[in-house]
Amino acid sequence: MTAPPVDRFHQALLDSLHPPAWRNPASAPRYDLVVIGAGPAGLTAARGAAAMGAKVALVERGLIGGVCINTGCAPSKAIIRTARLYADMRDATDFGGQSPGEIDIDFPAVMQRMRRVQTRLAQGDSVERLHEAGVEVFFGEAQFVGPDAIAVGGETLHFGKAIVATGARPMTPTIPGLAEAGYLTNETVFALNQCPPRLMVIGGGPLGCELAQAFCRFGAHVILVQDEPMFLPREERDAAQILSDALARDGVEIHLNTPAVAVRMEGEKRIVDLVSQGDKFSVSVDMILTGIGRSPNLAGLNLEAAGVRYDAECGIHVDDFLRTSNQRIYAAGDVCMEHKFTHAAAASARIAVRNALFLGRRRLSALVIPWCTYTDPEIAHVGIYVREARRANVPVRTFTVLMHDVDRAVTDGEEDGFVKIHVRDGTDRILGATVVARHAGEMINGISLAITSGLGLRAIARVIQAYPTQAGAIKLAAEAFSRTRLTPSRKALAGLWLAWRRGLPAKERGRPH
Amino acid sequence: MVEPPAQSDDDLLDGFQRAAFSYFVEHYNPETGLVADTSRPGAPASIAVVGFALTSYLVGVERGWMTRAEAATRALATLRFFGDSDQSQASDATGYKGFFYHFLDMTSGRRVWQSELSLIDTTLLLAGMMTAGVYFSADTLEETEIRERADAIYRRVDWQWASADGGTAWQGWKPEGGFLHYGWEGYSEGTILYALGLGSPSRPLSAASYGAWTATYQWENIYDCEFLYAGPLFIHQFSHAWIDFRAIRDPFMREKGSDYFENSARATWVQREYARRNPFDFLGYGEDCWGVSAGDGPGFTTLEIDGRARRFQGYAARGAPYGPDDGTISPCAALASLPFAPELALSCMRHIGACYPEVIREGRLPNSFNPTWPADGPGGWVSPDDFGLDQGVLVLMIENYRSGLIWSLTRRCPYIGAGLRRAGFTGGWL
Repeated sequence: MTAPPVDRFHQALLDSLHPPAWRNPASAPRYDLVVIGAGPAGLTAARGAAAMGAKVALVERGLIGGVCINTGCAPSKAIIRTARLYADMRDATDFGGQSPGEIDIDFPAVMQRMRRVQTRLAQGDSVERLHEAGVEVFFGEAQFVGPDAIAVGGETLHFGKAIVATGARPMTPTIPGLAEAGYLTNETVFALNQCPPRLMVIGGGPLGCELAQAFCRFGAHVILVQDEPMFLPREERDAAQILSDALARDGVEIHLNTPAVAVRMEGEKRIVDLVSQGDKFSVSVDMILTGIGRSPNLAGLNLEAAGVRYDAECGIHVDDFLRTSNQRIYAAGDVCMEHKFTHAAAASARIAVRNALFLGRRRLSALVIPWCTYTDPEIAHVGIYVREARRANVPVRTFTVLMHDVDRAVTDGEEDGFVKIHVRDGTDRILGATVVARHAGEMINGISLAITSGLGLRAIARVIQAYPTQAGAIKLAAEAFSRTRLTPSRKALAGLWLAWRRGLPAKERGRPH
Repeated sequence: MVEPPAQSDDDLLDGFQRAAFSYFVEHYNPETGLVADTSRPGAPASIAVVGFALTSYLVGVERGWMTRAEAATRALATLRFFGDSDQSQASDATGYKGFFYHFLDMTSGRRVWQSELSLIDTTLLLAGMMTAGVYFSADTLEETEIRERADAIYRRVDWQWASADGGTAWQGWKPEGGFLHYGWEGYSEGTILYALGLGSPSRPLSAASYGAWTATYQWENIYDCEFLYAGPLFIHQFSHAWIDFRAIRDPFMREKGSDYFENSARATWVQREYARRNPFDFLGYGEDCWGVSAGDGPGFTTLEIDGRARRFQGYAARGAPYGPDDGTISPCAALASLPFAPELALSCMRHIGACYPEVIREGRLPNSFNPTWPADGPGGWVSPDDFGLDQGVLVLMIENYRSGLIWSLTRRCPYIGAGLRRAGFTGGWL
């Protein structure tokens, strides 16, 4: 069930990202920058440094592209798109359309399209393109052999600076019997060639929720178990509640506050023991997918030889400039950051390159990092949460617009969700925002731009936006803010002014200013 | 022909209040003082409903629907049962550490349905006991015992045992699995829990617990109305059934220049505004037909209605405006907003009485009805059972609107005042 067919797309992907006949180049005497790991952070760092004229080596042990292209964003978003199509077909009558009756789901076709998309996206990150960009690519396990050198494939690469960008891997749940029974993670689930009839997803974080919904829409009976009281525990209660309702509507069987405590095999079936409020019960499934978080990739790097401090949970220790305990070595991306996102990894890599090679003083803490969970509806966030602000004694006021009050959401039949923009009370300064909407990931970027540029709600209220758009919800929130500025005294003053104007002769009223 | 005189507001309220009060007369076990959760045959007792019952009896005395002696006898039977009940670690005990299990057998008073040792439901029971303790102030043997037993039961509660690491209280506990982990995320009906938990002279919650919870509050501007949001309407009512929040403010409300009474008024307005906008085109919704709350529902099913798939729910915590919402209206919740927004609540009741008379059975408002659900009458699906929580909150909130009786009683309860002060409330009657 999990052996991916070696079709032309898969072969093209390998040719781009790790050519089978690849031979590492002879190493240069010294590199300005050696980058370990060719995921989003490593690629950004290597390309960015090479573009500035640096002598750059990039080391990768697996496929170029890292999690994003191979086992993360690209494949998951590709199958989510198809899942959304099936959901729209199911709901066609709600839109005045005709449902095509019994819908046959061709799962292999879903996965073939996914591989085609991956191959297309991988073209930009191919070895060939990297070579053209001036990056020397080495495949193999990198290992520090001193404070300024690594060994890879029998070669020793000496560096002026290095950036460790080895990313992260799925955390392994410690559930007795799970390892013996076998389970899927994001590293293996996209190799499925059949949709499991009954799938248990352990973990209600972004990956678990996204794939639970997608596989449910592909016809699997999905049981989603989460040991916390709500999904996406970092997000706002109302966002998690809307997501929970949406998952239930799709048919996902939801068990919150329910840890999985044991797994065993009975024939071909996996029996999972669950505990809810002290009650133990068992569920039989065909496959188990886990998504409980990710751990930094540190094994084999021999960081001790380079004097780089780290721990297994948080990864490589860096300061706000992304510098490790070795002044020559920086880190970027999932291996050192709490926010494990492709775009955050790339942003941190740009900081690391500038600080490492060009005496930069860019700070990681200055980044405004949005993120999005690509369920339906999507849940996106940027900036701080209200609870964080309140714990820091920052007074917060939230302007909320329900998507059912947004004209374009109504015309599109996509009314579930909201835009919440949090401002510092007494000002229009945006501290953060949460968007729950079918295209929340697209909408959050406008708010990120505003925060990064220091634009407040007053400025957003002045912007003329194309109508109708779902992002218009952001402007509606800004307009709600503007209305709060119309205090009774201001309104009274305006009334006096207008009354006075009414008393003027007509020619005076029309006098140009 | 002469038109009959229009029913006055007070007559209308009196009818609903008395019908609600009669629930506690009908579904009561004199041996234990327990009151059934619902009117369903065989329904267990809910300890929260008993708390509402204990308070309703006082209203009954003041309204002339029950003698003081009868009310005292009922209160004493209840207090004796809970005071003497099994508090061991047995899985079918009545309580543990001073708290009580959510659902109890009507006859034996022992735990049923493997229900949880519930902090909020114990709180509502204690609120009823505290109120009775203040009301029965006569120097008689019976009323003295009521006061002493209420005090002893309250002092026995070990709030410190039920304190979670983060400072807030756990929501519950089960002998089979330990403490229940629901989290305190955002505003809820828990204010009265913290008032009673912080006011305990024996084993109180920590002073920081309330602040740890209110740190999760969000002050929102929705429909141009600024308030502390919570979706289900009952959340804005349960603490207020006992405590007069007019003009008393905790640090959060001081920061926002409001109070929880005003907040409930705004929440009521937002509920009505949501129904007026009726974004999901449910039948019946309008400016005089609103009230989305936790309660019964038609059932978990999907029907094709007017070319549109309508997904209904059974018992669920519905909320507005975020949802979930399936077109189910909770008239008891609408009327329980009476003290906060009397004009809105009264016009809603008159509208329901005029347009959906079949949903009102023997003068009693139902838990819920759903006009969108296809059925013979205009009210669509109507909850077949009466719920003690609905009828209880109606008795108390109508009385608070009519006379302020409950609020005046709890203002004289030293534990509630002390708890509110420890939570940081100041001003008003404090």
